[in-house]
Amino acid sequence: MTSTTVVRLKQQQISQLISKGKRLDGRGLRDYREIRVEQGIIEKAEGSARVLLGKTEVMAGVKIEFGQPFPDTPNEGVLTVNAELVPLASPTFEPGPPDENAIELARVVDRGIRESNAIDLEKLCIEPGKKVLVLFVDIYVLNHDGNLIDASALAALAALINTKVFNYEVEGGEIKIKPGYTPLPINNHPVAVTLAKINDQLVVDPWLEEEQIMDARITITTDNQGNICAIQKGGGGYFTPKQVFEAIQIAREKAVEIRRKLGWSK
Amino acid sequence: MPKFFERRQLVVPGDLIAEGDYIAGENVYRENNRIYAARIGLVEYQDNRVNVVALRAFYVPKVGDTVIGTVVEVGFSGWAVDINAPYLAMLRVSEVIKRPFKPQKDELTKILDVGDLILAKIIAYDRTQPPFLGVDEPGMGKITKGQIVKITPTKIPRVIGKKGSMISMLKQETGCHIILGQNGVILVTGKSPEDEELAIMAIRKIEEESHVSGLTDRIFQMIKMEKERRRLT
Amino acid sequence: MSSKPERLIDEKGLRLDGRKPDELRPIKIEVGVLANADGSAYIEQGKNKILAAVYGPKELHPKHLALPDRMVLRCRYHMAPFSVQERKSPAPSRREIELSKVIREALEPAIFLEYYPRTATDVFIEVLQADGGTRCASITVASLALADAGIPMRDLVAACSVGKVDGTIVLDLMDVEDKVGEADLPLAYMPNLDAITLLQMDGNLTPEEFEKAVSLAIEGCKKIYNMQREALKARYVSVKEVEE
Repeated sequence: MTSTTVVRLKQQQISQLISKGKRLDGRGLRDYREIRVEQGIIEKAEGSARVLLGKTEVMAGVKIEFGQPFPDTPNEGVLTVNAELVPLASPTFEPGPPDENAIELARVVDRGIRESNAIDLEKLCIEPGKKVLVLFVDIYVLNHDGNLIDASALAALAALINTKVFNYEVEGGEIKIKPGYTPLPINNHPVAVTLAKINDQLVVDPWLEEEQIMDARITITTDNQGNICAIQKGGGGYFTPKQVFEAIQIAREKAVEIRRKLGWSK
Repeated sequence: MPKFFERRQLVVPGDLIAEGDYIAGENVYRENNRIYAARIGLVEYQDNRVNVVALRAFYVPKVGDTVIGTVVEVGFSGWAVDINAPYLAMLRVSEVIKRPFKPQKDELTKILDVGDLILAKIIAYDRTQPPFLGVDEPGMGKITKGQIVKITPTKIPRVIGKKGSMISMLKQETGCHIILGQNGVILVTGKSPEDEELAIMAIRKIEEESHVSGLTDRIFQMIKMEKERRRLT
Repeated sequence: MSSKPERLIDEKGLRLDGRKPDELRPIKIEVGVLANADGSAYIEQGKNKILAAVYGPKELHPKHLALPDRMVLRCRYHMAPFSVQERKSPAPSRREIELSKVIREALEPAIFLEYYPRTATDVFIEVLQADGGTRCASITVASLALADAGIPMRDLVAACSVGKVDGTIVLDLMDVEDKVGEADLPLAYMPNLDAITLLQMDGNLTPEEFEKAVSLAIEGCKKIYNMQREALKARYVSVKEVEE
């Protein structure tokens, strides 16, 4: 918001370059920024990770508690994803309860993990209808330089992969914590790939200034099998059906690439 | 150059009206060489120009328009006026007092206060600034008597009628003084509240039936019958 | 919610309510239903009952939220507490906040926002009864309320969901199909510009299934689009003969 004028100046430059297949930061239209993942950075959390996507930096922590299942899924543990756009991450973030952007971010990440069955929630059930494990995935955006969705989805999954569940035992309806930990079983590796539409072209992994001038974005989450498990269109513009199909193709390829790079493919 | 609608046919946003070398007029837009409707309304062709006469629209200020508004805020150097538009209009104190204005002595609320009605003209307005009002002409300024009736702004031309036929008939038959604000606000001033009621009734009927033919005649008949009925009771 | 049906499509290929896979639920639309609003519309799609009202354009307060070059569209999607089986708290849920955002972004491409800088237009959507596919029906009805308010638009926006149930791609999911089905894909579409303005998905689809789903959704949107046009025109049928 503070830099609208600067963006106007760069707008032409960015969009002209894109029509030539280039980008201001030197990437090609289909290139991601450098991805770095660190896991196990918060000792007090059951699982944690920090993801750097260029200058975008996102942390995710997993905490586990005992709780009750939802009435419509009595045999399943509970997964909740929350995102905080922490004020220290950007001059445009304000303190306060999550706004629509934070809520959308959390829900898009949540859908990817849930719909790909990355976590077998039934394994988190202790006593059907009564006691289950509740997984809290908290996404913490530390530096906003665009494409928070992809960075957050990576951070959340990396944190879940890193998660160790404390051992416990049920004795006469009482739960007893036992020494030791068991890794959380991960069944799938959903990867979210976001594309922005700028000047009628699709670009992968938009950075902040591209996001500020894009017409619209689309996030496609695919699973290990290459199937689509979540989609979210965002922004005040539109895509033609042809562009959507093209985006799907690109997203599937990019997801394979990222999984390979991070050692998540079998 | 095909046209897809007859003159006076009803269109809704997105309807393809014409294709080819036409000029996009009011309430339509051009996409490549196609002209589409942007509002619900009736198609109108003027030579090569394609228009839609909107049935649903709000008032957008135009320099030169006469408007009737309500003062909603008194500021340090003027008033904010609701003119039934997307923007509040400003009336600067210099438009009202033709001498240097002394904030210590001149109390703005004594000239115009919140809730006062004014008749004014739009003297400046564009994308970057709110509409500014002037009250320089005779009869303009604070409205002290009469009644206000609001109608859809696009229907003001129907109240005027062809070459002013409707409005002059209204004035003559009801004995009321009628001032039309282009913003859809109408001021009716008569000798008695009954006369004013009669004029307002007629205006409401014009608004409701603005799209049906033979309107002036029907309104004339209505006023006559109403007058007759009143004489008997 | 009480019991999950064993199958959603019978041996004749028909769905629980007797529809064919590519069939919409019955739809009833009315435009201009609320006296106070600048524009309004009401839709019934299956058991969904949804009202939309538009106020504006008007000046935006506080002023710093206004944009110098265009109108701000604000949108509130809200479910009435009695709209679902178990009472829904009237406070906006995370789901409602997300849907308000994506519905707004589905409507924005249709509106000439640049015509009225520094103003705001509010779209209020109240779901009175929910039966699956409320976000799509909300977009359909809200775009009519906008047209009814006289907001200049490029096109009407029609929306409709598709999904996968029992391995079959089906149009216009109702509540059970949405909850039990394998995938749900809501889509909004402006036919004139061949523009998809809302696209979400959750579940599991192969790329081939996805393409089929999108085409089916677009077909559904086109049918709804025609109903929208009729409903809008029905408000002014008598306008057809006009005085010279």
